[in-house]
Amino acid sequence: MRYIQKIFFMASLVTLPFLLQAQAQDLSSFKGKTGTIQIAGGTAHIPVMKEAAQRIMHEAPGIRIAIAGGGSGVGIQKVGEGLVDIGNSGRRPTNLEIASYGLVLYRWALDGVALVVHPANPVSAMDSATLAAIFKGEIRNWKTLGGPDRTITLYTRDAASGTREVFWEKALQKGDITDTAHVVASNGAMKTAISQDPGSIGYVSVGHLEPGIKPLVFEGVTPSIETVKSGAYPVSRGLYSSTKGEPAGLTADFLHYLYSPEGRAIIQDKGFIPADRD
Amino acid sequence: MASFFRNTEKKIPRPHPQEKEFSRRAHAVAGEKFFTSLCGFSALFTFGLVLFLFGFLALFAFPLFKNGGYFLLLTTPWQPLSGKFGIGPMIAGTAAISSLAILIAFPLSLGAAAFCEADFAPRPIVRWIRPVFQLMTGIPTVVYGFLAVFLLIPLLRQALGGSGFSILAAALTLALLVSPTMILFFSDAFRAVSREDVRTLVGLGAKPEERFIYLLLPQARNGILAGLLLACGRAVGDTLIALMLAGNSLAFPASCTEPARTLTAHIALVMASDTQSPEFQSIFACGLTLYFITTLLIVLCRTRIQARR
Repeated sequence: MRYIQKIFFMASLVTLPFLLQAQAQDLSSFKGKTGTIQIAGGTAHIPVMKEAAQRIMHEAPGIRIAIAGGGSGVGIQKVGEGLVDIGNSGRRPTNLEIASYGLVLYRWALDGVALVVHPANPVSAMDSATLAAIFKGEIRNWKTLGGPDRTITLYTRDAASGTREVFWEKALQKGDITDTAHVVASNGAMKTAISQDPGSIGYVSVGHLEPGIKPLVFEGVTPSIETVKSGAYPVSRGLYSSTKGEPAGLTADFLHYLYSPEGRAIIQDKGFIPADRD
Repeated sequence: MASFFRNTEKKIPRPHPQEKEFSRRAHAVAGEKFFTSLCGFSALFTFGLVLFLFGFLALFAFPLFKNGGYFLLLTTPWQPLSGKFGIGPMIAGTAAISSLAILIAFPLSLGAAAFCEADFAPRPIVRWIRPVFQLMTGIPTVVYGFLAVFLLIPLLRQALGGSGFSILAAALTLALLVSPTMILFFSDAFRAVSREDVRTLVGLGAKPEERFIYLLLPQARNGILAGLLLACGRAVGDTLIALMLAGNSLAFPASCTEPARTLTAHIALVMASDTQSPEFQSIFACGLTLYFITTLLIVLCRTRIQARR
């Protein structure tokens, strides 16, 4: 699947110049500028940040944008200590962090994760205790949940996945995922696996929901872009970028680019829901 | 090489004057020297690159060695939440998938090569079959993986239960991937057997199967071993088939119908994560282990071949 992504990436590189012509007004503010932006923190942000950085650096070769991981805590700490320009976090920085570092927050996306099963599965709702038992490997058959007599096949994502992070923190409450769970490398691979396997249960970003897979009502709330936006659906989080004090120059331009139509298109393309500052 | 050319020049009488002949020869010698050094450079460069890669891997995996952790990693499970980053299950997965694939592919390939080269099949059929094998070597891995997800996985799920993503699924597809290489290697090895010997056996009244067992197989032993080694290397090193079909679960595999994760798939899955994490460090241990496995395979094969000689 990574290969397919690579092919698409190559194809998008080829078509990029044409796209840029059409949407030049978004990127034109970077033209001719030089400088560097250092970004660190949450891994879920990286695909969006990388794509945005590539487009900006293509438009303005004098700009260097360095993106590192490290996790939400590291992102907030590094930007607070002035080591990087932008610190990413998959959670809202605490009031203490905001006050002590003087952080300015930019929330630019929402990330909701839906539980999904095969469309033929009669089970349609789940609570968090049952889910934890399933992923721990304690409930092994759909019969226990009122479904057919079929072994439950667990599908999860690789350790680097931001989708997995949200699911693990918000739906599983950091509970165990059994060793026997299948691991797939992308939202796309998850959709393929779930739509084929009648005994499957897995999770995808809400932005990736489509007819071939069936989302489960979790804790009484149907996962959808609307319920994530309204805050009713519990398995979601905001993607934040913070700066130390009001950003200026390139850093401000970069953050504003994320709210432009093109920036929002990138966010959506990576499976997130574009959002305004909170 | 130079003396060889000088000899031929002496034998062929040339109408050119002596000086012109001399300059032509000097030119040729210079060209030869350039060509030889170019070849030498290629060989040394590749050799150096392999050593450099080993050094690079060893350097990055060094922190693991320092406290003897590497050997612990080889046998312990992977539980990042409790701080365990062992690659034991992945080594077991790689071993299970690649050995099963070779076990399936080896007899198939040997049979196919024998069918084509040991006078079992009529010539016209061979003329049609061989190009197909050659074509098969060029099919990209992702195509096999993609097709298997939609064709093989549902079949296995219905036949054996479970999810279908399993050691067996990966091994079957991997067998399909490595057999063309083996078939071509074996075919070449059979073709290299002296025709006089074959004719002698024909003259003695040996049937094709007798010629195959008593002449072709023993004579082609080194070629067969080389093809087998190459196939083993491909099977151990292939990433995409296992990543797409083996299910990548972290448990020690208990049976062929269960999912497993290979070392290569593990590298691909962990690669994207944060570079500072201990997870990331551990993939260098994976790389090093893969390096050791292939080195071991080659050493084993070489000593075997030399022992035969």
